[in-house]
This record gives sequence, structure tokens and C-alpha cells, in this order.
Amino acid sequence: MDPGAEGVTALHNFIDAFRFIGRNGQIPGEPHLPTLVHLTFKTLEIAGLAMAIALVIALPLGVWLGHIHRGSFIAINLGNVWRALPSLAVLAIGVAFLGIGLGNVLLALVVLAAPPMITNAYVAIDEVDRDLVDAARGMGMTGWQVLRDVELPLGVPLIMAGVRTAALFVVSTTTISALTGYSGSLGDIINDETSYHLAGVLGAAICIAALALAVEFALAGVQRALTPRGLKLTARLEGDVAAPLAPLAPLVTGVG
Amino acid sequence: MSPLVAAAGPVIPTFGGSPSSFACERANRLFCSHWVSQNWGKVLWPALRQHVVLTLIAISIGFVISTALALLAYRHRWVERPVIAVTAILYTIPSLALFELLEPLPGFGLSRTTAEVALVSYTLLILFRNTLTGLREVPREVREAAEGMGMSPRQSLIRVELPLALPAIVAGLRIATVTVIALATIAALVDNEGLGVPILTAISNDVFKTELIAAGGMAVLLALGADALLVVVQRLLTPWTRARKV
Repeated sequence: MDPGAEGVTALHNFIDAFRFIGRNGQIPGEPHLPTLVHLTFKTLEIAGLAMAIALVIALPLGVWLGHIHRGSFIAINLGNVWRALPSLAVLAIGVAFLGIGLGNVLLALVVLAAPPMITNAYVAIDEVDRDLVDAARGMGMTGWQVLRDVELPLGVPLIMAGVRTAALFVVSTTTISALTGYSGSLGDIINDETSYHLAGVLGAAICIAALALAVEFALAGVQRALTPRGLKLTARLEGDVAAPLAPLAPLVTGVG
Repeated sequence: MSPLVAAAGPVIPTFGGSPSSFACERANRLFCSHWVSQNWGKVLWPALRQHVVLTLIAISIGFVISTALALLAYRHRWVERPVIAVTAILYTIPSLALFELLEPLPGFGLSRTTAEVALVSYTLLILFRNTLTGLREVPREVREAAEGMGMSPRQSLIRVELPLALPAIVAGLRIATVTVIALATIAALVDNEGLGVPILTAISNDVFKTELIAAGGMAVLLALGADALLVVVQRLLTPWTRARKV
């Protein structure tokens, strides 16, 4: 085939993919397929559940370790080891021990999501300016008040960066879980080209990409809402352009 | 238990051995070392080698592209924003989706090209940002001293600024390498190579546990090993950073 014709075929494939999305994931002659909307919500449900469990475990632990300035070795090395864990391998090993099911997927997702949140929460609280903490104590604040009114607000950007990193990871790993036989996410479509054909696979890939970007933008919005106004002002004055990249910042600089 | 369990027993290839020697495989016990030793040369070792090659190609190409972009952005500040915007979006797209989105493009298809383009695109953001940050963090006095010694901008860049940026550059390489090793397992979807192949085979083969643990474990060990290796490389390349810490 000459390149021109190949280009036309590719274009047709993408047009068909958008038609597939327009039909909400239904294929003529295949009556029992789940709709795209349903699969998207299922994906969000699994990812959200895993994030909720990981948040409950990771944030208090990281924040507490940062508050007492202990355990930097564990908190930081955890982040380094985490980066090295291939998600498909973790899912696969989980399947071998636990079998295919939601339990295995959730365990893998939590194992992958908790470390960056622990590391970031630790670094965020640990690196709050000691002078500010001392000043707060001098004003008569208790340890708990210092944490709540000084350390946590100042740590928001870094803590949220960890949450965003973890959330992206969880969304993409949830779809990968389809490859290990767990059905109940947008990844199912990609794993089943015989029913869905190339157009369906492409359509699902577009939906997954859009979902990840939507989650990222939503969490960036949450971060903006949680960041104290003073911090935003300083960031603007210093010409901080790192906003869209917050997820990577701490992993790149803080724990290199 | 699982939706994938077929009516018949697991398909265990008999390599001319007697059926009784595959009791462990037939029962699908957690780990059959016999299977691993039998299939090391045929399945696991080639997959590991392909995985390393896939990773090295992606890291080399990604390193060249992102270093060029970082040097450009170091001289011309306006380059930074568009590069970061594009690479950040590429980085955000889940790997499963990116591999499939590239596949129908002309010249891609089910091939190593598709796998490599996706893998390279994940390295760009990390490598670009780290190299640029490393260069920018070279103290102004150091650059002025180099200029005062009569170095041209190019000499200063090569002999002073880049060496000082090395720790940040290698830190970026570490993150990019383990990321690519992780994502290369998923590349098996579009390119029949790497440690993802035995993992996917084991899943479709009635969740054959031994192969899952062996291949998954090898992927984890490869990533940890590569990370450790790069730490050593960093220490060797930048002896002065150790001296300062002591």
C-alpha cells in the first residue's frame, strides 16, 4: 500500500473510532456489550476506591512522619523503589497469588499508589520552614495546631503533587488490569479486539486518554482550591511555571 | 473462580518428557522451578534480552531528543513552555491507550516502531525537565568565572555547565529508565517482544502461575537492577558530589 492510501485508512479508522464513541460503545449486531459510559464509571469507581484506600493509609503516615521529622530513610526510599515497580508485573504476581478478581486489582493499585503519596506528604511537611514552625510554637500553638494551621496548608502543593502522580498511575493501571483478565474497566475493550474491532479499541483508547487528562485537570483544580492564597501569590511573583507538572516535581528534585 | 478457566486442563507443552514430570505444572502450583529451568533458554531469557534492547533504544533516542530540546530551551527561554505542555500531555496518556492510538497510524502497526515511539514519548518530559533544571541551577558565579577565564559559551557549556548538571541529568535517566522498563511490559500488546509476552501468555494460558511469577519477578528485578546500576554510574561520573556531602 502506498503511504497516501495508508493515511486515508488511518483517518477512516479514527473516524470509525469516534463513531463508536458516538454510539456509546455499541456495535450493530452485538446486543449485549456494556456501554462506554458504564465502563468509564466502572473504571472511575475502581480507581476511586483504590485511591481512597491508599489516601487513608498514605497521607496520615507521611504527614505524621514529616511532622515528627523521623523516618526519612523509609519515606524517601519507598518513593524510589516504587518508581521501579512495573505495574503489569505487580498485577501479574498478584494474580498468581490471589487469582483474578477485584481484590488483586485493588491490592496492586494500593501498593502502587501509596508510596508516592507517603514520600510527597513526608517531604512536604518535613521541609516546611523551621523558623515558621518555631514562630507558631512561640505564639503558643500546640503541636496539633502547628500541623493543622501551618504545616498542612504550606504543604498542600507537594502533597497534592503526590496525589496527582498516584491518581494518574491508578487510572492507567486500572485499565491495564484488563490485560490480567479482570473485567470491569475501559481496558476490557482494548483487550477484546475480536468483539470490538479496531474502531472500538481505538475509541476506548481515546476515552482512556481523555479520562486521564480529565482526572489530572480536576485534581489540578482541587490543588488550586486548597492552596493558601499567600502561596499562590509567591508562586506568581517568582514566575513559577511548574504548575502543569506538579506531579513530577518532587520526584525529580526532592528525592533524586 | 476466574472467568478465564477453560473446560479443559491447562495446556502444558510436553517437551518430549513423560507426562508425570509435569505434575506441578498440571496442578498449576505457585512456582514450578522445573518449568523455569526448562523454559529459561526458550522463553524467559530471550524475553529479558528483548526487554533490555527495547529499553536501551527508547532511552537513547529519548535522551538525544530531550537533551537537544533542553539545550535549546536553555538558550531560548520561550521554548520551555510549549515543550513542557506537549510532553506533559504525552506523559499523562495511559500507556495502554497510547500504544493503541499509535497502532493505526501509517508506518506503525503491530511493530517495534509503535512500541518505541510510545516508550520514547514517556521519557521526554522527565529527561527534558531534569536536564534543563540541572543546567539552570548552575550558579551564576560559576558561569561568570568560566567566561572570565576566556571560555566561549560553547566551551563553558561543555566543560563547566553540563558536568555540573550531571547529577540532575542522571537522576532523570534513572526515573526514565525504570519508567520505560515498566511500560515496555505493556508494549507486548503491539510488539511481540519483552517480558510482557510471557506475562500475557501465562494469563491466556489459564493463569499459569509459574510463568506469571517468573516473568513478573524478572521485570521487577530488572527495574531495580537498572536503577541501582545508574546510581553507581552517577557516583562514578560525579565524584565531587560525594566529597561535598561528607
